[in-house]
Amino acid sequence: MKTPTFPMNAWYVAAWDAEVGRSLLQRTVCNRKLVLYRKQDGTPAALVNACWHRLVPLSIGSLNGDSVRCGYHGLEFGANGRCTHMPSQETINPSAAVRAFPVVERHRFIWVWPGDPALADAALIPPLPWADDPEWAGDGRMTEVKADYRLVIDNLMDLTHETYVHSTSIGNAALAEAPFDAFHGDRTARVERWVMNEEAPPFWAGQLGHAGKADRWQIINFLAPSTIYLEVGVAPAGTGARDGDRSQGVDMRVIHIPTPSTDKTCYYFWSHLRNYRVHDQGATRRVLDAGGGILLEDEVVIEAQQRAIDENPDHVFYNLNIDAGSMWARRAIDTMIAAETVAPLAVAAE
Amino acid sequence: MSVADQGWLPAELVATRDLTPTIREFTIATGQALTCPPGSHLRVRIAAAGRDDFRSYSVVGHAAGTVRIAVKRQPESRGGSAHMWSLNPGASLEIAPPRCDFPLTAGAAHYLLVAGGVGITPMVAMAEQLVRRGASLRMVYAARSADELAYRDELQALLGERLALFAADAGETLDIAAEIDTLPADAELYMCGPLGLMEAVRRAWDDAGRPRAGLRYETFGSSGKFAAQAFTVKVPRLAVEVLVRENESMLDALENAGVGVVFECRRGECGLCAVDIVATDGDVDHRDVFFSARQHAENRRMCVCVSRIANGSVTIDPAWRGDDAFVAA
Repeated sequence: MKTPTFPMNAWYVAAWDAEVGRSLLQRTVCNRKLVLYRKQDGTPAALVNACWHRLVPLSIGSLNGDSVRCGYHGLEFGANGRCTHMPSQETINPSAAVRAFPVVERHRFIWVWPGDPALADAALIPPLPWADDPEWAGDGRMTEVKADYRLVIDNLMDLTHETYVHSTSIGNAALAEAPFDAFHGDRTARVERWVMNEEAPPFWAGQLGHAGKADRWQIINFLAPSTIYLEVGVAPAGTGARDGDRSQGVDMRVIHIPTPSTDKTCYYFWSHLRNYRVHDQGATRRVLDAGGGILLEDEVVIEAQQRAIDENPDHVFYNLNIDAGSMWARRAIDTMIAAETVAPLAVAAE
Repeated sequence: MSVADQGWLPAELVATRDLTPTIREFTIATGQALTCPPGSHLRVRIAAAGRDDFRSYSVVGHAAGTVRIAVKRQPESRGGSAHMWSLNPGASLEIAPPRCDFPLTAGAAHYLLVAGGVGITPMVAMAEQLVRRGASLRMVYAARSADELAYRDELQALLGERLALFAADAGETLDIAAEIDTLPADAELYMCGPLGLMEAVRRAWDDAGRPRAGLRYETFGSSGKFAAQAFTVKVPRLAVEVLVRENESMLDALENAGVGVVFECRRGECGLCAVDIVATDGDVDHRDVFFSARQHAENRRMCVCVSRIANGSVTIDPAWRGDDAFVAA
């Protein structure tokens, strides 16, 4: 049996808050087809996207109050999945239900739990406080990427690639040559890199508001299975950022969450948040546009990589020193997968 | 990827041949044709010290349905060579399909193949392929003594005057700097051998101002400046103290003690398994090729898959820092 590439018992971002409303949104998370919507009180709901009766996707139906009405024969299902209306009969078949998934709105994301609902504890949702903190400003998008979500994680856990993929915005030669440290916990991995007393690349010089030598930091924080936030920024060289005082510089939190859709596609949620010039809405737009451009460069590389992987099924990755962060991340993912995978029965010895 | 998860194939040992007093060739029937370019290695599953494990051996040659490897009996072995040497023809094996991390690039103006001791194994297939292609090449091959020059007759027949042999006990020494000096500008050098030879070649190559990409090598990290001995590793961050036995790697000992380490090559090339050295009262026996000579002299980090401590113990700091980055405020 093929080893799964993602654990089921985890919270995954299925949508941005603004993507889900009083209409039906279709998403596939961890190979599960979902239909998402909001109830009249605004809380989100997530049902399997197939009618109990004849399996027509509920997403091509309509909303009736807090229920979804199937667009074929009019069966209705409430947010808990129970059938609330059946046509041409006075009763409702007691077994009529579709699967409802645990769903929570937090930090501007709609999180769903595709695995065992009994294990879905909202306390396990990754804390991403800057996403909805008034001291921080910024916005993000979702990009559909035709690649295994772990390739996106690999990309983020080694930002050496910025030098080569993003040379016109956030990458430069000094970055690829700066040393880094990789750390880990049970479910986390972290890569830290400081580029001291070097010219900032264009994007960062623009954020800082002037050119000249800068100290730059990149701290990549991963939480299995698919949440990453970056602490990234620059400060004028020698103003103490590395010793803990980033106040002379500009500091961002960049959230990256690639949610596995199928084995080879993902929804890549990303967002850039800053704690400076928070009322400058033009800055929000400009950073969002810059982030979108950078992400497009990643998408091209990652999708090409996935195609090459498919074309070379016998080729195993070779890991380099720069891949330490991604290896810790993948190890944490594998640990989660192993914990929910039942070992196949041993074949009796001949 | 766990040991059990490597896609093991059943195979059978069909013949053995002693090439030298310490190097034995094994011909293994694979039951199917396997892709096996020069520079490939074969993983053989073994039980070493009671653990499910594997060892990688360079493929010397292959024919339809068989591959040949050669294994040097190492007195300080992690258990792999002792296990291989205990096998008789007819023994069942499990192998993973050959993988090539040491490929021969096509089209160089000239090739210098440098082998030391059992490091000759990947060079045999390389030399055969270069001869078939009609490429310009020379092989220099050094061993402790003339009777340790495995495949000498085959190589002499294949290469003739393009082969130079060096037996250390007869006072024959390889002048690697002189060899490199005579190479054309865009020549490539391929080498496999013990650490001392590798370091000498790397230094001579750098001193000659040649591009790094033209130097290709493979190492198994099995030799160092000191004989392997048992030593103690202290890990204060995890309140663990680990004894590394003489025939065991520091990586294995740390993993067995629950100290997480990432690794890939297990032969001192990739640098993933490097840990911070906090203190040592012994000699750090760096056996990797990942760190530079400067970094080795600094003794700040070590690759635990191959490097060891002689005459003392070491205190290290692993990568563990806990999960605090995601604790809710």
